[in-house]
Amino acid sequence: MIIRWLLLILGGVLLGGIVHLATVILLPRTATQDAYARLTPIAPVNTVVALPPPSPEKAIMPFMDPAFASAVCRYDLSQGPLKLSVPVSPAYTSVSFYTRNDVAYYAINDRAAGRRVIELDLMTTAQHDQVPEDEEITAADRLIVESPTPTGIIAIRAMAPEPGLMKAAQAAIANARCGAAKPEPAPAPQPPPRPRR
Amino acid sequence: MRLLIGTLFGLALAALIGLGLTYMSLTRGTAFGGLSIDSWTAWPKSGTTEADPYVRASIARSGRLPTAMGDGVSFTLQSDDEGKILDGRCDVVISGVTPVARFWTMTLYNPDGALVGNSTNRYGFTSQEIVRRSDGTFEIVVSPRASAGNWLPTGGVPRYELILRLYDTAVGVSTKAGREVPMPDVMTRSCP
Repeated sequence: MIIRWLLLILGGVLLGGIVHLATVILLPRTATQDAYARLTPIAPVNTVVALPPPSPEKAIMPFMDPAFASAVCRYDLSQGPLKLSVPVSPAYTSVSFYTRNDVAYYAINDRAAGRRVIELDLMTTAQHDQVPEDEEITAADRLIVESPTPTGIIAIRAMAPEPGLMKAAQAAIANARCGAAKPEPAPAPQPPPRPRR
Repeated sequence: MRLLIGTLFGLALAALIGLGLTYMSLTRGTAFGGLSIDSWTAWPKSGTTEADPYVRASIARSGRLPTAMGDGVSFTLQSDDEGKILDGRCDVVISGVTPVARFWTMTLYNPDGALVGNSTNRYGFTSQEIVRRSDGTFEIVVSPRASAGNWLPTGGVPRYELILRLYDTAVGVSTKAGREVPMPDVMTRSCP
């Protein structure tokens, strides 16, 4: 009798462990209030949208840094790669990439980018494989980021080290662009040089 | 009948233990894989694709976007150096220096991650706003009452947490707690 109950308890504990692990692993896929879900209503796909600064009453996401002006681009690469350009602000600018399940897989800041505008191409691994090799070589200064998932979030953030600099940070971010990478336009046929008289 | 009762008991126990453990691990903070320096804790891996399932679940549940590695690292503070939980009705003094970073910010949140309202609309400090002593150290007074110097108002909330975010820093996954990463000291000075 006692052995029977002990076995039941043991079985319950083991099964409980499995339930625990399963729920932890499945939770990110079923969460309805994760960052991606929170951003979906306000952020159309493949467009940069400035986020309102967090306030005690209202914030799109918890734990946002109030010293930053931020914007997001909710991307979908199913139609093709994406081009991103972010002008850097006077203080500190960073661009972070998150998968559909809010896992950060890449980030770059203004210093690492080393120029006035952070420019890069975002594509899936399959799309990257299709980029002709010679093109990749000629575009050596082009930064290519591979997204593990076809959809995700790009978070663009510019710091305002003092409240007075918030306007400048917001202005820098307002000029950020993300959108479908258009195929390189074929070089326009040069009009034949006019014979000089 | 006995078999049915026994089976139901086993299943109920499994559900209780499984869901209870999940709930506890996600609400009480993910305990492992963290980098703890004094009372400050960071999960540098939460900003990488190596984030473990617990961190991922906790991120998804809270709805935040973690600080990505390459952007910076976030240290969370929930208690002072003596282990006392931060209380918004007390005067808490944060003093010392921070690890080397291009910029840092220190922000006060309630445990849900919302900013705490106050009359001065000050929710935190940045490394540039802080007033330092001549030796480069600083002192921030986190208190419900106005204070001279670097005053971070708590609004009198019973519980809060501070997040120190280091941007563009070498502190990260490979960092070991030690002398190269000096974190500010945290002392509860007075409690009414």
